[in-house]
Amino acid sequence: MSTASEVKKLYAKGEKRKVLVILYAFIALLIITVISVSLGAGRPRFMEAAQVILSKIFPFLGINPGSKNTQNIILLARLPRIVLAIIAGAGLAASGATMQGVLRNPLVSPFILGISAAAGFGAALAIVLGIGVFSPYTGYIVVANAFIFSMLAMLMVYGIACLRGITPETVILAGVAVGFLFSALLSLIQFVAPEYEALRAVVYWLMGQLFTATWEKNLIILPIVLVANALMVRHSWDINVMSLGEETATSLGVNSRRVLLICITLGTLATASIISFTGIIGFIGLVSPHIARMIIGSDHRFLLPCSILLGACLLLCSDTLARLVFMRSELPVGIVTSLIGVPFFLYFLLSRRRQLWH
Amino acid sequence: MKLIINKLSFNYKSIAALKDVNLELGVGEVMSIVGPNGSGKSTLLKCIDRILKPKQGAVLINGRDVANMKHGELPKIIGYVPQNSTSTFPFTVFEAVLMGRKPYIQWSVSETDKEIVAEILKFLGISKLAERHLNELSSGEQQKVIVARALAQQPQILLLDEPTSNLDIKHQLEVLSIIKGLTQSRQLSVIMAMHDLNLASRFSDKMAMLKHGCIFAVGTPKSVLTEENIESVYGVKSHVTNSVLDSPQVTPIEPIATGVENSEESK
Repeated sequence: MSTASEVKKLYAKGEKRKVLVILYAFIALLIITVISVSLGAGRPRFMEAAQVILSKIFPFLGINPGSKNTQNIILLARLPRIVLAIIAGAGLAASGATMQGVLRNPLVSPFILGISAAAGFGAALAIVLGIGVFSPYTGYIVVANAFIFSMLAMLMVYGIACLRGITPETVILAGVAVGFLFSALLSLIQFVAPEYEALRAVVYWLMGQLFTATWEKNLIILPIVLVANALMVRHSWDINVMSLGEETATSLGVNSRRVLLICITLGTLATASIISFTGIIGFIGLVSPHIARMIIGSDHRFLLPCSILLGACLLLCSDTLARLVFMRSELPVGIVTSLIGVPFFLYFLLSRRRQLWH
Repeated sequence: MKLIINKLSFNYKSIAALKDVNLELGVGEVMSIVGPNGSGKSTLLKCIDRILKPKQGAVLINGRDVANMKHGELPKIIGYVPQNSTSTFPFTVFEAVLMGRKPYIQWSVSETDKEIVAEILKFLGISKLAERHLNELSSGEQQKVIVARALAQQPQILLLDEPTSNLDIKHQLEVLSIIKGLTQSRQLSVIMAMHDLNLASRFSDKMAMLKHGCIFAVGTPKSVLTEENIESVYGVKSHVTNSVLDSPQVTPIEPIATGVENSEESK
């Protein structure tokens, strides 16, 4: 029989290991970022990229920033896109982990309230109605429309769920229903779309891409994702306790319905603000939490940061690959995420013996 | 702590589940709630812990109404052990018991929290399971983990909903002995809903028998477990003797044909 202090030490050791895992994931993200900056169409490689970035961050060092062209490629093309990949991956993964936790369901993705279909419908509406004809991908009206319809879907789900009381079951089922409603409307728009170009633009939007990233857009998404993620991490203990069921959570002083509503709203806000700009990027939000759970366990204090970093790594890797493989035409990153994510995920799934969930 | 339940009533929609329940529990006492399926045992426990909000009546702890307590105060006084508690995602035993410290922690876990958890694991004899996953354990081990979690709340009152229903006889005796021991060593007051009348009679100081949401009989196990009471509450003919441990021993014989209509217990 082990003594109490040994048991305590064992747990403390486990905690330390988890902190280390998170640190490693952070270092991995830094390395991937550096590699990603050094790769891609155009000449600039690692050294030139480093020079440009260092000269911008530390102007007083007097590092030669290189030619104007090099600077443009790094600062206006590659970096905004890399930053967007990190923000989007982080936001989607955190939302996925949180929603799986509070809804006590491993199949939940950040789109559970039907917001992917709703955002798609909103974007399609703007594209097909010819708003922003000249730049259908970048137009803010498309973005605004996608976001508005995501929020509409969320409110519809809450409205329906409220009629029977907000529980994981009502939220999930109402979300599925609202999702189907909007995907029917989305199909309808595609069916009646008058011109081929608009239809193509809609399909392209739905696949999700990061190449329209700009600093301006990143500055809109970043604060939303940052605040939402921080608040979700703050609720870690509540989410842990909620996985024991509503009754036990109540007996431990956690108001399940309130936490459920707060967390789902935070996750949906973050997700909607991301996909309104990027289009539908699936897989990351569903799978990053699972991989993280297999690596670091179910305690959300560690699971959330780990998911966030893994999501960022996964999306950044995918997008870097999308940039490299098809240098000229832009391959939607949504396709690549699944293509490289599935084998990665299967590896983790098959190399684990333990039961993944109950 | 002294617990008084005063004229408590509760309805599920239009169906009355508890009607005018009055009970008193002193410090360090064990009370069993017995009665057929659907008689309101679980509902009573949930009303005491404010998991369900009673329609009428009050639950008083040392004279204070639990309805007026500050948010987060009750979990430090009452520990609740549900009938079945599974978690969707795999937590280790240590993590699961640590959740009982939730009422005391905001985000970071203090050394004291970890010490308390480790001590409780040792006390329940499940130290070696600390790093195992909850869903890899047997029912008996799981039940001990859930009791451990409730004890981690450092409560003065423990509510248990059929703590022995899935356990083999050895685990039944172990779990109940631990609980009984706590009432003496830590002045814990215990209310447990029980199906097994013989175990209930052996480990309880007091017993309350429920029928259709009303208290039918209350008192010592000897005064409650009579052949007449069992017949009119359960609709079962039985033979009650005195066991070798000097507690009433119920031997059920047969159901009475034109008897009480039992509905399935609602969760």
